[in-house]
Amino acid sequence: MNSPAAEPVAAPPGMVNIQVDGTWVQVPKGTRAIEAVSKHGSFVPRYCYHPKLSSPGNCRMCLIEMGSPKMGPDRKPILGPDGFPETAWIPRPQISCATDVAEGMAYRSHSPLIDECRKGVMEFLLINHPLDCTICDQAGECHLQEYSVEFGQADSRFLEEKVKKPKKVDLGPRIVLDDERCIMCSRCIRFTQEIAHDDALGFTQRGSHTVLTAYPGRPFANNYSLNTVDLCPVGALTSKDFRFKMRVWFLKQTSSICTSCGTGCNTTIGSRENAVYRQTPRENNEVNSEWMCDYGRLNFHFLQDEKRLTQPLARQADGTRKPVPMKRAVEEAAAQLRQFKPDEIAVIASARMTNEELYLAGKLIRTLGVTMFDVVPRPQQPDGILVSADGNPNTLGARLMKVSSDDPGRYIPIIARKVNDGGIKALICLGEDAAACGVNLDVLAALPCVIALAILPTATARAATVLLPGAGFTEKRGSMINAKGRLQRLNRAVEIPEGAGDDWEILRDLIAALGGGNGIYTIEELFKQLTVDAPPLAGLSLSKIGDLGIDLKDQLSS
Amino acid sequence: MSTPQPPHPRERRVIFKNIDRPGWTNDIGAYLADGGYAELKKGLAMNRADIINEVKTSQLRGRGGAGFGCGMKWGFIRADEKKPIYLICNADESEPGTFKDRYILHQDPHQLLEGMILSCFAVNARLAYIYIRGEFPQGAKIVERALAEARQHGFLGKNILGSGFDLEIYVHRGAGAYICGEETGLIESLEGKRAYPRIKPPYFPAVLGLYQCPTIVNNVETLCNVKHIIRMGGAEFAKIGRPNNTGTRLLCVSGDVKRPGYFEFDCGSITMGELLYDICGGPKEGRKFKAIIPGGSSAKVMRADEVYKLKVKQPDGSMADTQIPFNDVIIDFDSLAAVGTMAGSGGVIVMDDTRDMVWALNNINAFYAHESCGQCTPCREGSLWMQKITDRMVAGIGVEQDPKTLVTVANNIAGRTICALGEACAWPTQSFVDKFPEEFAAHAKSHLPHNARTAADVLAPDRAATLSH
Repeated sequence: MNSPAAEPVAAPPGMVNIQVDGTWVQVPKGTRAIEAVSKHGSFVPRYCYHPKLSSPGNCRMCLIEMGSPKMGPDRKPILGPDGFPETAWIPRPQISCATDVAEGMAYRSHSPLIDECRKGVMEFLLINHPLDCTICDQAGECHLQEYSVEFGQADSRFLEEKVKKPKKVDLGPRIVLDDERCIMCSRCIRFTQEIAHDDALGFTQRGSHTVLTAYPGRPFANNYSLNTVDLCPVGALTSKDFRFKMRVWFLKQTSSICTSCGTGCNTTIGSRENAVYRQTPRENNEVNSEWMCDYGRLNFHFLQDEKRLTQPLARQADGTRKPVPMKRAVEEAAAQLRQFKPDEIAVIASARMTNEELYLAGKLIRTLGVTMFDVVPRPQQPDGILVSADGNPNTLGARLMKVSSDDPGRYIPIIARKVNDGGIKALICLGEDAAACGVNLDVLAALPCVIALAILPTATARAATVLLPGAGFTEKRGSMINAKGRLQRLNRAVEIPEGAGDDWEILRDLIAALGGGNGIYTIEELFKQLTVDAPPLAGLSLSKIGDLGIDLKDQLSS
Repeated sequence: MSTPQPPHPRERRVIFKNIDRPGWTNDIGAYLADGGYAELKKGLAMNRADIINEVKTSQLRGRGGAGFGCGMKWGFIRADEKKPIYLICNADESEPGTFKDRYILHQDPHQLLEGMILSCFAVNARLAYIYIRGEFPQGAKIVERALAEARQHGFLGKNILGSGFDLEIYVHRGAGAYICGEETGLIESLEGKRAYPRIKPPYFPAVLGLYQCPTIVNNVETLCNVKHIIRMGGAEFAKIGRPNNTGTRLLCVSGDVKRPGYFEFDCGSITMGELLYDICGGPKEGRKFKAIIPGGSSAKVMRADEVYKLKVKQPDGSMADTQIPFNDVIIDFDSLAAVGTMAGSGGVIVMDDTRDMVWALNNINAFYAHESCGQCTPCREGSLWMQKITDRMVAGIGVEQDPKTLVTVANNIAGRTICALGEACAWPTQSFVDKFPEEFAAHAKSHLPHNARTAADVLAPDRAATLSH
């Protein structure tokens, strides 16, 4: 052949040329072959591979064809007329999950051989898998089901008895294991080793009789255990909290954030017919990767507790508390507050409130001219993984909205003392319990004015002269700033219970009733207004925050 | 055990020179009196690179089963390596039909140690392990004693024989798993983990082996050979046997022959017929040879009445069709590979016409299903599936599609697993069904009771009773 020598095609720095399903593309160095092929070719199915965990290469589902550049006698690649190397295909299929792309490599994600490989692996995975999809919680989000349809075959050739293994194994306080469903991908084992730093799970026995287990007498109980339920590609690991409660395809998915600490893990709230059934972590590599702690994940049931407050109450002249409509309750609160001088009023606000609520709390404070106000601090032991040293989700928001000082919580003991001494006669508690802040119970019960915005019947709610039932984090929209300065968004998954109100609207109406209001009708308008008063948020809107949030670290520190 | 046979005149005993030799003991005294550790002194005076070159020149191929070039394996260790280098002796001899390494461990442990110390010196390993299978408790004790003796004589420890070379060797006992013979599974086991073989790439032992350091894993017999390569020189060693199949080869013959046992021949110096008839005395009275597995149970089975049609390179370089009857197949790496099987571990399993091939395959299938580590899907699920099918066929409740299912299941395993156990469990099924289709067809007759819908109903009669029709 006398064709002119082709010029090799050079990739830009940091990139490599690879061929995917016959087309040459450039991808960043260090990309896993499975990712590159799934992006530029067709999706490569996988069970054991997870981008955030080590690659054991054991499920064999991601087998593809690979080839390296054909080398000439000069140890240089033989180039085709297009300037790209010719390919020497490796005769055996290769796993794509454990190797990074390299210059000149070629990949085929579809071929008769690969289709055959996938069919074979699917068949192997199913022969001993109980076909109990009808009662399996994973149904609907099961990789075994999905890949069966896409890569498997309809008929079973398996005439034998399936392997019998332990069912309903109590692996720990929150996890149940069905060993027969387990496909031994080892994701859970690797997760708890590599991410949760708790070497709690392992395999025993051999071959098809392999069983997943925890060490005898040591329950799988770490605070990240429920992530293994998300990671499990099948229904082997199920959450005691969620199992048998709801078919997943009925769940409405709402992107939101966890409000159980200052980390603000991104979540998906699964709800149906106004009830939340589960929270699962949503990937955000700037915040929580793909994980969340068990405490935060399960910390939504209190909103569906039967003790939930849904009836506004107002104290009458005769001292009894009577149910009133919310509008009346707000007016009553304003009327009561007008009886006191600014230095007789204190506001105990919460760093669990949204920025919007805190902004209005600040307005309320300034409308009343109150000087005694703060948020309740929640310092806690961080775990070095996700749990923050700050138990409040929005301490930075409270500071930005000037509801607390640079030392959040330092005025709380002073307020408590002044209440106990009788100096403060009117207390506004926004989502916090004064009794938990050091106010004596008998003093609290005898206070002439306690305005409580509350969800559950705390001592403060019971002592309230006006009780304003509010909304929980799954029921509201708004924003928070996590401990690292990231502005993130809550979204409403379920409606506020009949009788309770949206906190920001209650606050808006209270300010209006006190004579300091202007007309704000939507949370978007409210956010727009607060950006004017809070320069670090300048130019932003709720929709601009997006599902992954915005880093405000630099704006906040300047 | 029967009385040891004297070596057959056609044998050349190099590795097995002292095995079952009258008056021989496994202590260091007997070994030294026989000239032992002379090669160690010779080797320690040589350059490392020279020893590696001698081994390369010898064309020694690994005796564990895969037949990989020993010198080439050693050559993967970089001369300027900064990490510690480890050497591991693979004494996890567990391939069914193979019992050669056990003889060395039991009767001539110092030969192994001498070969091993030389090999460690060559690759600059300062720490080495002998991984002995759990089922060899006696062997482990003997090797421990030999190590203590070698230490006492200054062949191990600091500054061996004044050479400045330090080496320590430890015995590590397995817990009874075939998979620990796979070198990366062995390394995992040695690290204290489940013996799940590692993915290659990236975990080639010579690069990322024990504790992620460069590691050489060699079989017992291979390491013994190193001593003899130093003794006679690589070039002289390469003259034994045939090109690319050099040295002697230990064969372990078991099964239906008159005189089973171990033998040592120049590699490729005898044919199957000579081994089975001349050396082993032929079949038992009134029987005929039917099937031979030439290299451990994972090697593909051969049929005693087969005539192999091969293309063979002629002296002028052209290829010509040749017919080779089974009896004329030469026993060495390349000749056995040419007829579609392998020399493997040297375990020759002989079956005569009284053996049922489906039963025999079932026996092998049961072994691999039991020994599959369970790490990767095809081998884990496929090995047990194949066993269950042959279980059923042996029980007389085969169905017509069984032979086809067996082969397709095997095809879905081989070449798609992390380690070679995939092939090891697939090859017997592929070859048995291929070579003895008539026996498999006979067992694939449905003897299902009329009221059973599947064979599973028959195998679980308590459930079959509840079937509604």
